[in-house]
Amino acid sequence: MGNENANNLQNREVAVELRNISKHFKGVYANKNINISLFKGEILSILGENGSGKTTLMNMLSGIYQPEEGEIFINGEKASIHSPRDAFDYGIGMVHQHFKLVDVFTAAENIVLGIKDKESLKDAYSKLTEISTRYGFDIDLKKKIHNMSVSEKQTVEIIKVLYRNASILILDEPTAVLTPQEADKLFGIIRKMRDDGKSIILITHKLAEVLSVSDRVAILRKGEYITTLNTKETDERELTEYMVGKKVDLKLERLRILASPPVLEIRGLNVKKDDGTNAIQDLSFYLRGGQILGVAGIAGCGQKELCEAIVGLRHYTGLITHKGQNIGGFSPEKIKEIGIRMSFIPEDRLGLGLAPNLSITDNLLLKTYRQNKGIFVDRETARSEAKELIERYGVVTPSTETPVKNLSGGNIQKILVGREIGSDPNVIITAYPVRGLDINSSYMIYDILNEEKAKNTSILFIGEDLDVLLTFCDKIMVLCEGKCMGIVHTKNTTKEEIGLMMTGAKNLVELYPEKEQGIAPDSLLTKKEWKQLAKENEKNDK
Amino acid sequence: MIISFIVAAISMGVVYLYGCIGETIIEKGGNLNLGIPGIMCLGALGGAVGVNVYFAIFSTANVSTLLILPVAIFFSFLFASLGGLVYAVLTVSLQANQNVTGLALTTFGVGMMKFLGSNMNHDNFTLASKAIKKLFVNYEVLGGFGRLFLSYGFLVYLAFLLAIGVGLFIKYTRVGLFLRAIGESPKTADAQGVNVTKYKYLAILIGSGIAGLGGLYYVMDRSGGTTFVEAAIEAFGWLSVALVIFSMWKPWVGALGSILFGGLYVLPQYVGISNIQIKLFDLFPYVVTVLVLIITSILDAKNSQPPAALGVNYYREDR
Repeated sequence: MGNENANNLQNREVAVELRNISKHFKGVYANKNINISLFKGEILSILGENGSGKTTLMNMLSGIYQPEEGEIFINGEKASIHSPRDAFDYGIGMVHQHFKLVDVFTAAENIVLGIKDKESLKDAYSKLTEISTRYGFDIDLKKKIHNMSVSEKQTVEIIKVLYRNASILILDEPTAVLTPQEADKLFGIIRKMRDDGKSIILITHKLAEVLSVSDRVAILRKGEYITTLNTKETDERELTEYMVGKKVDLKLERLRILASPPVLEIRGLNVKKDDGTNAIQDLSFYLRGGQILGVAGIAGCGQKELCEAIVGLRHYTGLITHKGQNIGGFSPEKIKEIGIRMSFIPEDRLGLGLAPNLSITDNLLLKTYRQNKGIFVDRETARSEAKELIERYGVVTPSTETPVKNLSGGNIQKILVGREIGSDPNVIITAYPVRGLDINSSYMIYDILNEEKAKNTSILFIGEDLDVLLTFCDKIMVLCEGKCMGIVHTKNTTKEEIGLMMTGAKNLVELYPEKEQGIAPDSLLTKKEWKQLAKENEKNDK
Repeated sequence: MIISFIVAAISMGVVYLYGCIGETIIEKGGNLNLGIPGIMCLGALGGAVGVNVYFAIFSTANVSTLLILPVAIFFSFLFASLGGLVYAVLTVSLQANQNVTGLALTTFGVGMMKFLGSNMNHDNFTLASKAIKKLFVNYEVLGGFGRLFLSYGFLVYLAFLLAIGVGLFIKYTRVGLFLRAIGESPKTADAQGVNVTKYKYLAILIGSGIAGLGGLYYVMDRSGGTTFVEAAIEAFGWLSVALVIFSMWKPWVGALGSILFGGLYVLPQYVGISNIQIKLFDLFPYVVTVLVLIITSILDAKNSQPPAALGVNYYREDR
């Protein structure tokens, strides 16, 4: 039925029309003269790179931002949307990428939030149950949000919008935090909503999603509207060209080089989260020189704690050895000295790693001040290093003395990654290095990592995008709630298998207990030596 | 003796309880108002103005409780709310830092009470106090029960009724739910169509007004109209803020906590100790508050944590 719809789009009623919408932040246009229309009963993808203004545009439709120029028409009539409440009155509901939920409330409380009708809570429950059964949601309405998984939280967000009888739904990067199976389920629900006559806007930067679910696709680039296409009549190549603005010949490849013996060996690692619960449980793995080990897992299942333990920022039990030497008890400085480097890109890039008000030069100094002799700061050397970094990675900045916070996200990230990698490490721990970057910058980072790999560096790559992990890494370790579900060679696995392992539905460690997961056959230490180390460790802990 | 100690504890605790209820309402809406001591001073000042207004109109003979009490409450609430309005305009509309604004308001309120209050006619305060305090008569015939439950003025019962009412309101009503949502995550509430600015203003105005009654109560009821001292009220204001933390943002717990705090305050008079030890006793409410903070942090109980967005201003178009 959906396909028929897609064919007769031309004679369809328009649900939303955006005319010449413009909005800028601090002098920079986030949106410039955007013209997009959404038909009733269709799924429209809005495709664009990070920072192309997709979310800003949709925030104007949902009343969070006000457009500076342009008009919005809903069902053919001119609409003035000044607040989220106005948007609801027009039947617009948005599921934000960063969920807008109150953690300490139950699902039901979150859903009825803001609704002033004197509807009794009992009626609300029966309506909610009706919505749940209709779309096949499986959710406990009395459960508190902070006890929920990411996909449950998303379900609550969607029910919230449906409960308000929204006829125009906006979903902002809904699959960013889902496993492939969960994403498929979500797409099923979205199609069902379309078949119910709702109009749906899907914000995404993933081409595969665009092609598989949407009827049409509108493309934005750097805040400007490029074009709208029927998805049936286009392909990935064309979409990428429109999105990036030029022919792209970027290929992600797995560099095939002969891996050397293990450099970093980790056995029986246990790490706790800040709140004292287990982050990593009994994890063993090893990293060879010239090898990239990918780490897949749902957000927040121990990735951050794992990185921090390795570089000495977090207490752990178990053994971490570097070239056969136990590095337990080493200070973070000592760990850096022996060549282990971490670049962790948190959600707020500026929160960890860079001081926002300091210049690029000063931020480089933060890393190297120890080599400085005397009491005065040696700015000259750092300045030339900053220049080198800017040139090498193509950082767009007025000068080396510009405060980091004035740069765009992608450029900040290049500095962060560049600073860590520039110091010639032998182990790189990198988490989400391309988060928020545009395609060109992302591939630049991948190229840099591949260069490092060719130099026989060991790389632990904590990633989000399974397609990237599968093409880029040599092996993938899958974590589920801090436990290893298995370590697989990328050439012997599929996206579906990884997805099942991420949710814990498939556990290779339990399936093949005879295969010791994460234990290198050619370990630098003998079994006896490992036992000895473990004993020493125990003593030290006491 | 034990009964008179408990009565003293309750009647002292009410000073803190008003501040605690008011601040709880404000904090549930996500604003940390450190101006409470100043607001309580403004409340005391307003009460004094109310009393003088009454005596300007009516004679000093036969003071009518039914008239003077509402007048005093009205002016006290009004003055305190005006203080709250300053805070609301600065923090909600102009996005000023909440801590700095609150502290400035405390200095302002204390100063205003000192400046305007010292030039005011204090002569009739004891007379007014007698009327404001008068509620039940002949409760002595009921013995211990009478003294324990019926010996207070109207403002004491009002405080406990408010504690229960506000507690129910925050927990069970729709508006209470919206208010809590704003304190936890204003962007969520806003995206759901709740008018964040309106709610914050109302919470600050009403909360400040209630807190101000603590000042009125102290001067016109607890101290019998004899103590019109801004330094004392400021100290009680800080204890009220501590009581909010102690109560884990639950007015019902605050009601019990106020009796504990009040008990600790009056205890030295009942056990006969030196001045140095009195200073030590002054510390106890803070020590207890710190202990509560430590225990709730260790337990990491999600339900006894401060509102998640407490102290953070909300601006919709923030990026």
